[in-house]
Amino acid sequence: MSDITKFQRIATQIRRDIVRMVHACQSGHPGGSLGCADLFTALYFSELNHRPDHFTMDGEGEDLFFLSNGHISPVFYSALARSGYFPVSELASFRKIHSRLQGHPATLEELPGVRVASGSLGQGLSVAIGAALAKRLNNDPSLVFVLMGDGEQQEGQIWEAALHAGSRKIDNLIAIIDYNGQQIDGAVDDVMPLGDLKGKYESFGWKVIPINGNDMQQLIKELKMARQGANKGVPQLLLMKTEMGQGVDFMMGSHKWHGIPPNDEQLADALSQLEETLGDY
Amino acid sequence: MDFKIQNHQDTRSGFGDGLYELGKTNPRIVGLCADLIGSLKMGAFANEFPDRFFQTGISEANMMGMAAGLTIGGFIPFTGTFANFSTGRVYDQIRQSIAYSGKNVKICASHAGITLGEDGATHQILEDIGLMKMLPGMTVIVPCDYNQTKAATIAIAEHTGPVYLRFGRPKVPNFTPADQQFEIGKAITLKPGRDVTIIATGHLVWKAIEALTILKEKGIDAELINLHTIKPLDEEAVLASVAKTRCVVTAEEHQQYGGLGESIAGLLARQLPLPMEMVAVNDRFGQSGTPDQLMEAYGLDADHIAEAVQKVIARK
Repeated sequence: MSDITKFQRIATQIRRDIVRMVHACQSGHPGGSLGCADLFTALYFSELNHRPDHFTMDGEGEDLFFLSNGHISPVFYSALARSGYFPVSELASFRKIHSRLQGHPATLEELPGVRVASGSLGQGLSVAIGAALAKRLNNDPSLVFVLMGDGEQQEGQIWEAALHAGSRKIDNLIAIIDYNGQQIDGAVDDVMPLGDLKGKYESFGWKVIPINGNDMQQLIKELKMARQGANKGVPQLLLMKTEMGQGVDFMMGSHKWHGIPPNDEQLADALSQLEETLGDY
Repeated sequence: MDFKIQNHQDTRSGFGDGLYELGKTNPRIVGLCADLIGSLKMGAFANEFPDRFFQTGISEANMMGMAAGLTIGGFIPFTGTFANFSTGRVYDQIRQSIAYSGKNVKICASHAGITLGEDGATHQILEDIGLMKMLPGMTVIVPCDYNQTKAATIAIAEHTGPVYLRFGRPKVPNFTPADQQFEIGKAITLKPGRDVTIIATGHLVWKAIEALTILKEKGIDAELINLHTIKPLDEEAVLASVAKTRCVVTAEEHQQYGGLGESIAGLLARQLPLPMEMVAVNDRFGQSGTPDQLMEAYGLDADHIAEAVQKVIARK
């Protein structure tokens, strides 16, 4: 089996985890989570230099990943569990009382793999810049990755941070935008169009690389390229086109599945489209 | 009691000098400032330790997030801007990225209260103590003079967890010992007394000292506590004093709602209900004026503290 096929099978299992998690608690955000399953697989099973079995908050000598659009916690938790940060059985506790798997990622319950709370949008890029500066001060050559949503780009703090990273040449930072064109109230173009997002970041001093976030081969290649492009005086942004709901036909192509769970029948339909490759939790 | 004035200095200079001392002794200290280096007196640190200083420009939300990020990797960030922009403007960033995330960030806030003066109410935050003390796990410290602010700045670096350090703009009497050891959460009894307990914080501590003279002439023997740490509250010290004097006056440069007085009232209501008066701003915004004019106009001077004392004693 090729590596790409192996990663695709992991992503499929993560997608099964996502729909089962949101179904079990009848809440959560499946759409964006499904769209980003390939990215999380590429990061956590291939491109991040990390130590899942030995999590430390400081992550010295490791690449760090921050999830700014914290509502896609199902894909984050599944990738963390499947890559070894905590037992996959714990995914069953998602959004339930006394769980470490809070509705949005948090550090208070000390879930391995999470380094900052997120969910209130717009804050992750700033945190990632701070962590990247700490890497520099510590002479740690590892990289800092941060994922944001496209709707999240409407937050003002994003642009404070984008200006800072560009002007101060934070070049050990790789930002990724989930460019799925959807947010809660509808298409981003209807709710509040972002205009020329690539041009905006470029004018702030970033190198912007458009990629297809649902093409595993391209994801792996572009993440490797981005690593090579680090420490060259410019922050990098992967403008990652994805399909919300990717992998479950009736959840694709609409904002409708941003934040609602499937019922029993819909769950069965979704699971019939997603092969159980690694064994369900 | 003898409260000798060593000089008149601004508490913000105590912060700046304390931060500079920390920079020399602790390589994990980093500074961030949002275009107010001069106002925050962070110039010495910024010049001496340029690698550990981050000018963020006028982007306070980003600054708070960056500070949270810098803790990941073991640094101890001290953010500097006006109290208004350190709290109300960035409340959600502090709440999520710092407090809820348990980050070891020191939020250092100058120009708090109406003694900011002529700039007026847009900049005179009187709600910041309330905002910050409501956040779970947040330590809230309001030192009273230059020496104490410097000592507090140094002390909070040794404390793991988020801290809000509030200080001010004007030059005020500097009277606490230069060599003091600052103990977070430990109230300081400046003068023992029998008739009333005055609990003051920040700039109001000196105003309360001035009030002692007025009260002495009236034959009132007041106990004065410098409560520099609003949270965690030194409940033991407060209860011990009030149990003795049987009444209390609080004094602060802050709204009555949400301030020191409210913390004390809550404690006494639960454990020792006794007459209490509050010297604070009563549900009003500030305005332009000199600090002294404003402190008088808003009832935050020695005369008003003395009046409140007489009123509360009459209620015993």
